[in-house]
Amino acid sequence: MSAWITRHLQTLIGALGRLSQQKLATLLTVMVIGIALALPACLHLFITNAQTATGNWNQAVDISVYMKMPTSVDEARRLADRLRQRRDVATIQLVTADDALKEFRRDSGFGAAIDALTDNPLPHAVIVRPKAEYSTATHLEELAEDIRALPGVEIVQLDIAWVNRLNAILEAIRRGILLTAALLALGVMAIVGNTIRLDIQNRRQEIEVTKLVGGSNAFVRRPFLYSGVWYGIGGAIVAWLLSAIAVGVLRTPVNRIAGLYGSSFEINGLDWRATLILAGAAVTLGWLGSYIAASRHLRDIEPS
Amino acid sequence: MIRFEHVYKRYRNGREALSDLSLEIAAGEIVFLTGHSGAGKSSLLKLIALIERPTRGQLIVNGLNVAGVSSSKVPAFRRRIGMVFQDHKLLHDRTIFDNVALPLIIAGVGAKEIGKRVRAALDQVGLLGREQSLPLELSTGEQQRVGIARAVVSKPAILIADEPTGNLDPDLSVEVMNIFRRFNEVGVTVLIASHDVYLLERFAVRRVLLEGGRIVATVAGTPGERMGEPRLLDPSKLVGVGDGASA
Repeated sequence: MSAWITRHLQTLIGALGRLSQQKLATLLTVMVIGIALALPACLHLFITNAQTATGNWNQAVDISVYMKMPTSVDEARRLADRLRQRRDVATIQLVTADDALKEFRRDSGFGAAIDALTDNPLPHAVIVRPKAEYSTATHLEELAEDIRALPGVEIVQLDIAWVNRLNAILEAIRRGILLTAALLALGVMAIVGNTIRLDIQNRRQEIEVTKLVGGSNAFVRRPFLYSGVWYGIGGAIVAWLLSAIAVGVLRTPVNRIAGLYGSSFEINGLDWRATLILAGAAVTLGWLGSYIAASRHLRDIEPS
Repeated sequence: MIRFEHVYKRYRNGREALSDLSLEIAAGEIVFLTGHSGAGKSSLLKLIALIERPTRGQLIVNGLNVAGVSSSKVPAFRRRIGMVFQDHKLLHDRTIFDNVALPLIIAGVGAKEIGKRVRAALDQVGLLGREQSLPLELSTGEQQRVGIARAVVSKPAILIADEPTGNLDPDLSVEVMNIFRRFNEVGVTVLIASHDVYLLERFAVRRVLLEGGRIVATVAGTPGERMGEPRLLDPSKLVGVGDGASA
């Protein structure tokens, strides 16, 4: 068993040594793989950062409930309490007509005009914020429908259209990323496979000799598989560095934009989980690409 | 140890390399296979190493009928046979040690044991101390000895050699042959394909003469013939042969 491990380690290190003998070729291959992997990684960063920047989309969806005009504050309060009991509601904010008028006077700049009014034209309002897990479009519609049926409710305003649009756009982008990632994964496998194929052709004699002295296909294939793994590791490192560079370059301008919008948003790089996925995917693709190429081409090389 | 029974070998291009060949080589024997180039010597050796398979007939090597050895079992089968080639077939980017160690690494032998056995094999061919050299730093004769060390390092019962002295001058050839003789003396079955007249004359071992894929003559070796003692072969012993010994 220990001999087996030693042998695999030797092959692993040997494969690295062989790659480092052809520095330029290896570097170019690793760069190409890295760039191919960096694309989906950066798109992923774009999505996650966009999500952070705008906060949780769904939580931004509040339902505004306006009461019928002659309604007492107590009645409005009862309605608010009733809504607070619902399990799909996170918070309830009651805005009485007086509060609303005060706020309007302060923010609108129509103070004088409002003072001229004899009575308050504004209704009581309840702002309902649904729980995040109930914030799907259908659920929000249902909730709005329920509230609409309550006594004393005049208007239920749910601006769901923009949520739907945003979700649709996000979904399209996500699918686009998946598709891009799948295509680029194929590309990475093709790059690794082709490199390994050339490597096999260059080492034809060595493969023949190894088979002559009793090396099995698995034995002959092993160093090529490890080369593929190294290509994957190298590609992952390049991709990670590229994404880090992209984040570094964008950090200052993005901070400025965020500052102008009065937001404390900061752009984030790949977290450890995304990094692990990147590394795992890269190694798997490298291994798979070399496995396919090696299995295909090594079979053809037999001593004669 | 090796038994051919009415073996035919026809290549895909239609050339018949061996036809109705029957030959038995006993365990511990040393045999010369001679004949012109194209007589079928290499084909015969390739069949033994399962590089090629017989078209017809039976071939039993090491007690195994080669027809029953599936292609996935060929590597294990080859590990029990030592092979020496005219062009050595060494890996030029690896040290002598790594070249000789290759069969042991394939067989999964531990590192310590590999070191011991590689040095023993190199000692047997007189190259101890050259482990860290590269093949091209060695002379042709030395490279051939490395090839022999690699062939015997896993202690195979059978050693086959295809023109092992083809590129060597007479003195080196004798040296290489003596190495083969020493392995034979410790019980290894040795089969050498050669058209080296000088060697054939010098070593009076059993020889099998091939022509056109058939055995046309067999000459028994002389028992008791001692290593290194020149002993001319009586040409009259070669029956039914034109110029079989010339190349």
